[in-house]
Parts: sequence; structure tokens; C-alpha cells
Amino acid sequence: MAKSSPKKTPMREQPPKERIKNYNEVPFGYSPEEAVIEAERCIKCKKPSCIEGCPVEIDIQGFIALIAEKKFKEGISLLKKKNILPALSGRVCPQETQCEQKCVLGVKNEPVAIGRLERFLADWEREKGEIEVPPIPEWTGKKVAVVGSGPSGITVAADLAQTGHKVDLFEALHQPGGVLTYGIPEFRLPKAIVLKEIDSLKKMGVNIYLNSVIGQIKSLNELLKEYDAVFLGTGAGLPWFLEVPGENLNGIYSSNEYLTRSNLMKAYLFPKYKTPVIKGKRVATVGGGNVAMDCARTALRLGAEKSIIIYRRSRTEMPARSEEVHHAEEEGVIFQFLSNPCAFIGDKNNWVREVECVRMKLGDPDASGRRKPVPIPDANFRMPIDLAIIAIGNSPNPLIPSTTPELQLNKNTSVVINPANGRTSIKGVFAGGDIVRGGATVILAMGDGRIASKGINEYLQTGIW
Amino acid sequence: MVKIIEKEQIVPNIHCCVVESPEIAQKVLPGQFVIVIPDEYCERIPITISDWDAVKGTVTIIFLEVGTTTQRLAELKAGDEIYSFTGPLGKPFEIDNYGTVALVGGCYGIGSIYSVLRALKEKGNKVVVYSEARSKFLLYWNKKLEEIADEVRYSTVDGSIGTKGHSHDRLEADLKAGTMYNRVIGIGCTYMMYLISQATRPYRIKTIVSMNTVMIDGTGMCGACRLVVDGKTKFACVDGPHFDGHLIDWDIVLSRRKIYLEEEILSQERQ
Ligand SMILES: Cc1cc2nc3c(=O)[nH]c(=O)nc-3n(C[C@H](O)[C@H](O)[C@H](O)COP(=O)(O)OP(=O)(O)OC[C@H]3O[C@@H](n4cnc5c(N)ncnc54)[C@H](O)[C@@H]3O)c2cc1C
Ligand SMILES: Cc1cc2nc3c(=O)[nH]c(=O)nc-3n(C[C@H](O)[C@H](O)[C@H](O)COP(=O)(O)OP(=O)(O)OC[C@H]3O[C@@H](n4cnc5c(N)ncnc54)[C@H](O)[C@@H]3O)c2cc1C
Ligand code: SF4
Ligand code: SF4
Ligand code: FES
Repeated sequence: MAKSSPKKTPMREQPPKERIKNYNEVPFGYSPEEAVIEAERCIKCKKPSCIEGCPVEIDIQGFIALIAEKKFKEGISLLKKKNILPALSGRVCPQETQCEQKCVLGVKNEPVAIGRLERFLADWEREKGEIEVPPIPEWTGKKVAVVGSGPSGITVAADLAQTGHKVDLFEALHQPGGVLTYGIPEFRLPKAIVLKEIDSLKKMGVNIYLNSVIGQIKSLNELLKEYDAVFLGTGAGLPWFLEVPGENLNGIYSSNEYLTRSNLMKAYLFPKYKTPVIKGKRVATVGGGNVAMDCARTALRLGAEKSIIIYRRSRTEMPARSEEVHHAEEEGVIFQFLSNPCAFIGDKNNWVREVECVRMKLGDPDASGRRKPVPIPDANFRMPIDLAIIAIGNSPNPLIPSTTPELQLNKNTSVVINPANGRTSIKGVFAGGDIVRGGATVILAMGDGRIASKGINEYLQTGIW
Repeated sequence: MVKIIEKEQIVPNIHCCVVESPEIAQKVLPGQFVIVIPDEYCERIPITISDWDAVKGTVTIIFLEVGTTTQRLAELKAGDEIYSFTGPLGKPFEIDNYGTVALVGGCYGIGSIYSVLRALKEKGNKVVVYSEARSKFLLYWNKKLEEIADEVRYSTVDGSIGTKGHSHDRLEADLKAGTMYNRVIGIGCTYMMYLISQATRPYRIKTIVSMNTVMIDGTGMCGACRLVVDGKTKFACVDGPHFDGHLIDWDIVLSRRKIYLEEEILSQERQ
């Protein structure tokens, strides 16, 4: 056998100049040949450390070995035992701080491209046609309501349908998928993939009720009268603003509004789709996470001449996945590090025209372990802009908590659960994902869904709370 | 998908649409709204639930044809389906026995005040309704309102019925003449609600208006509907849409109204 490469097998992708003119996915994925070559880089450690880095403890070595043997069908089955949405995690997990960070190859060389291999298997299965739907046992006689159709809700619904419970899934918007649908852009996560997963849910017998805002059309307590258990996976949809002067000028969006307009409402296909979105020429996105990268890259695709990311710390502290930062850079996004907006300045019609920033330097590490940004006095500067997007974070959706005073919260926002089984303070009610964690990750939401569905099964069997 | 049961242009440019939605009809309270997407390509737009019938399982909306999405909605007929219809959203109107209440409606707001009127009367208030339009032939639901209200005062811009001018002029004149209200409620176009709030301010009459900001999700997720009330950022869809008109930062509200003017024209031309 030829000596394996010290680097990951490269993945072909759209060239930057071309891709900023379209909304298609950037990387093309591995061919079966490429996947096998990459899988052969795994040295089959006796004590595989990669698995420790995966929040849902996928048998990484196992599925990679099956790829190396070209047993793709067996590979996908193994993968799905722990992760029902591998097409998503393979694309959006921050692998460099999870599984791939723990891979031993990474000590000297590049780690095995675990995420890409995961994506390969999922895509292989989907492109081949039918996604296999597991057999559904006879009805247990129990009914469960799942609120929110993001990754946590999808996981719970799939798990419980497979144990034989009747599952009704309620979603506030007119499309299912949560952030996967309204937030993460098409060029990073094609919506057809999300819809396929939702299709599988339907095939498992899950009823999906769209346009249903729980807390309004039905309260949590009303759900509890109709269902034996309820899972809350309503996410972290409440956008934060900077609370600085000028933030309510025209031409300033929250990241949620900007992305919802362009993704969910398909403003990038305007005027075929009727929802407008402001197409700035000089766009400033404030923040340093995945959301900020998505906004800055969307702006380029909508025709911005300059797309600038304003981040208050430096490059190393940016929470975004490294691949996103890399793609953003390739596409020409400009990074303005160590700067924090302190005001927006408008013209006589109240349209934003400039942003004023405070320059920052890094001080001592804060609670998150990252070095804390400290303002430098008298070093403010201004930049001309015609659109600003605030992507500094979200807190859990307050709608259900505010209509259910008995639901115990942390710091007034996130729902408190028992991490061992997902139980909230209300009997029969479970929660997981971003409503518990604040803005976190897809795989953590799925992991929470797994734990909660086990918790729900246990509760439904024993009746003991 | 919800089915349209009845659909009628009640006066030029204003349509009344009755849809089948038993769940919303069971649940809705005065002052709540729905978010409607007439067909797959349209925007999500908020429309007040003007009336409902919990027994028949229907809800009634009244809307003004202004732009692309309301035009598309106006094209739909009885028997057609509406792509997405979500509600009831927002907080209901706070209804109590206040004493004498002025209830001001203009444009689609004439429809919106109807359920509020009913609820106010049930609580024993004396209610004077102010209904306004440009001309007599643009007023609607007169009989429905007259049947319940203690009095209905009309204003038309051309003077074809009632006093000549706007309802805020009439309200202002009445207040000047010594009429005392314990509360004023206004629903209609933004400018009208602004002027009502200005009119009642010197008299310190608590004035509640229903803000019709741009909205997308209606669940507090996007922030498009944000406004500043009493110095604090509020989201009209979940914190409102009803706010104290004397505490709203109107400069921001009025300037945010014109954001999508160019796009609206474009989406019209390329239909
Ligand atoms: C732009 C963006 C990019 C991101 N990129 C990444 C990434 O690259 N990698 C990664 O791992 N994570 C990423 N994340 C984070 C990740 O998407 C979230 O952590 C994850 O989606 C949370 O899942 P969830 O199941 O908790 O809920 P969500 O995905 O937030 O879904 C919640 C759903 O509940 C619905 N809902 C809310 N309230 C109600 C109600 N009252 N009644 C009915 N339905 C309701 C909402 O409409 C929504 O559809 C990103 C997030 C954003 C916004
Ligand atoms: C809580 C709430 C309740 C509402 N209830 C009703 C109702 O019962 N009946 C009704 O007809 N309308 C109601 N509206 C207003 C309605 O949502 C808008 O008229 C609608 O969004 C316009 O959509 P469009 O695509 O047809 O027009 P657009 O193409 O979006 O706009 C066309 C023109 O209308 C103006 N416009 C845009 N949005 C609004 C708005 N929110 N209010 C007033 N003018 C606007 C624009 O500046 C533009 O000049 C309500 C709004 C809110 C927030
Ligand atoms: S789910 Fe995420 S962390 Fe786990 S193996 Fe897959 S890519 Fe890695
Ligand atoms: S740590 Fe890396 S090399 Fe070792 S088994 Fe896991 S993927 Fe393979
Ligand atoms: S409409 Fe999106 S937050 Fe109110």
C-alpha cells in the first residue's frame, strides 16, 4: 500500500470568484474513490481518541473502516446509530475543536477528515435514492408533542417514532428545520438536504404541524392535557443588539432578520420571491461566529462591493468554524479585528452611512478563557457603510417561558434541565438544544435530543418523575 | 393551508376575507393578528383578526391593498387556499372597565376596532367610535359599529359625511370642547396613530395604539418589528402590537416605514 498523505485528501470546491455569484454549495464532497483514500489514512488506533471529541460518541473508527472496505451501506447504518443527521453534522460541526482535534494523526500531520467522510456517507445514501426508514413498531399508546423543528426537535421526533410513540411536531414558521432552514445559508447547507430529513420523519409517521406557535395557538399546559410528554426545542431565536446610538437607523438588521429574509423568504431570488432585502454596497457585519461569517458571505452574494467583519477580539478568539473563516477570506471578506462599534451615523433620511468603532486591545483572559477586549481611549475611527448586520448572539426564545411561569429558568432566559434526562421543572416536559444552552451547535442540540428522548421513554414506561 | 370561505371587496381597495380556521377561531382574543402568506412566493404579512366565529370555526380579516402581497391576497377567491396562515399572534388588547373610551379607526383599522369595541362594551364601558375615510363611499361596517357603540362619529376628508377632515382633528376638537375620555384607543395608519397620540398628550389621557411595523416571523426572532418604547427596545410582535402612544419614539417609527420603497416598486414591475 502506498504511504498515506500527511494531509487530508482535498475536497473539490467552487472557485471563490465564481461562487460569490451564486448560492450553490461551496464544497462538492468526496467521490467514493476520494473517500476511500481518505479513510485509509486512519491508523485504527487501539484506543481511538477521536471518539472522545464527538459529543454524540460516534464510532468514528468503525465507520471509517467500513468506508475503507467500500461497505458504504453498512457505514451509514453504523453512523446513524448515534447520529441521525450525518449530512448536517458532516457539514456544520466545528470538527477542529471536536473529533478531529482529538485524532492522533493531528499531532504531527493533518487529522483524518472525519467530517468530510461523514458527509460523504450521508450524501452517498441520499443521492442513491431512498433513504432507509427504520421499521416502526406498533403504537405504544403514548402521544408526545415536540415543539420546534430544529435539530433537537428532529432528533427527538425520530427517536420516539422509532420506539412506537405517536409524535406530533409543532413549528412556528411555514417551513420546518429551525436554524438549518431560516439561518444557515443555502451555499453552506442546501435546503434540499434538510427537507429530505424532514421527509424521513414524515415517513416514520410523525405529524408535522407548521404555522403553529406554541404559547399562542396552544399553551404548554394545554399540550400537557393532550399529550403524555412534551419536548421543547424552540432554540435561541431572540437577537441581541449592541444597544448603541443609531442602531435603529434604516439599514441595520439583526443577523436573524437578514438571514431569514435571504434564506427562508428567498430574497436572493427577488423579485420572483417578493420579500426584499437591502443589498448594501459596503456592508459591515458585527461579530465573529458562524452567524457573522454567513452574513458577510451572503452580503457578497447579494452584490456587496465590500463586506467587512467587525470583531472586537483578534483572529484566534473567533468562535467561527475554521472552514468558514477560510472560505470567507478566500471570497474577499475583510476582517476588521479589535474593533467594536460604538455608534451608527445616519443621513437626513435616517439611513445608516457610517459606523464609529472603538479600537480594542486584548487584556487578561475572561471567564470563557478568551482574552478580554479592552477599549483603547481616544482611538475611535469611522468607516463608511450603507448596511450593518448585528450578529453578536441570541438568547433562548422567550415566548413559551413567558406564557408558562412555572417553567424554571436560568438567569431569566434559558430553560433549566436535568442534563441526565432532559427533564425541566414541569412534570412531563423535557427540553434541549439552544433553548437550554443559548446559541450552541447543531451536534449539541442533536445530542440533547438523544438524551431527552431516552428520558421521555423512561418516563413513559415507568410513569415516575 | 387554510380555505377561503368568503371574499369580498367591501369598498374600493379594502377587502374582507373569511377563512376557515377553527383552532384560531377558538383561541383568538381582541387585538390579536395573523401572519399571512398568500402564495409560496409572497412575503409574510401581519393582518389583524377583525372578527371570528368560534362555533363555525371561521376568522375574518379586513385588508387594504397596498403592495404586492396584499394585492396577491386580494386576487384570491372563495374556495381558494391561503398558503400560510399563522396565529393568533401578539398580545390581546388589555380590556377593562375604564369608563368612557374613544375608539378611533381608520382604513383597515375600522375593521380592527370592531372586536375591541365588543369587548369594551361587554366590560360596561361607554364607547364613542371615531371612524374615518377619505369619502363616504370608503367607510364600511357602519351598521356593525353603530349597533354596539354608544355613538359613532364620522369624519371624511371631503366632508361627504360627518365632519370634514380626519378623525384626529375631530377628536382634538371634541377634547378642546370639553369631552372627557378615560382612555383613547387608535388603530389605522401609522401617521393617524401618531397624531392621535399627539392630540391626547396635553390632556394626559392614556392612549393605546396598535403598531403596524414590518414583521417577518412574528415570534420575536428577527427584530424587524423593533421599536423604542419608554427608552427600551420592544418587539411589536411579542411585546405588542399595542403600546402607549405617549411612550413610543415616533421619530424612529416614522423613518423606518420607508425602508423598502424601491423594492416594492421593483417587485410590482416584474410580476
Ligand atoms: C446563521 C447560523 C449559523 C450557524 N452555524 C452553525 C454551524 O456551522 N455549526 C453548528 O454546529 N451550529 C451552527 N449554528 C447553531 C445551530 O444552528 C443551533 O445551535 C441549532 O440549530 C440549535 O438547534 P435547536 O434544535 O435548539 O433549535 P433551532 O434550530 O433554533 O430551531 C428551533 C425551532 O423552533 C421554532 N420555534 C420557536 N418557538 C416556537 C414556538 N413557540 N412554537 C413552535 N415553534 C417554535 C423555531 O421557529 C425554530 O424553527 C448556527 C446558527 C445560526 C443562526
Ligand atoms: C400587527 C399588525 C396588524 C396589521 N393589521 C392589518 C390589517 O388588519 N389590515 C391591513 O390591511 N393591514 C394590516 N397591517 C399592515 C399590513 O401588514 C401591511 O399593509 C402589509 O404588510 C403590506 O404588504 P404588501 O406586500 O401588500 O405591501 P408592501 O409592498 O410591503 O408595501 C406597500 C406600501 O405599503 C406600505 N406599508 C408596508 N408595510 C406597511 C404596514 N405594516 N402598514 C402600513 N403600510 C405599510 C409601504 O411603505 C409601501 O408604501 C397590520 C400590520 C401589523 C404589524
Ligand atoms: S458528529 Fe460532529 S463531532 Fe461527531 S464525529 Fe461527526 S463531525 Fe465529528
Ligand atoms: S484517532 Fe484518528 S487515526 Fe485514530 S482511530 Fe480515530 S480517526 Fe483513526
Ligand atoms: S416580527 Fe420578527 S421579531 Fe417581531
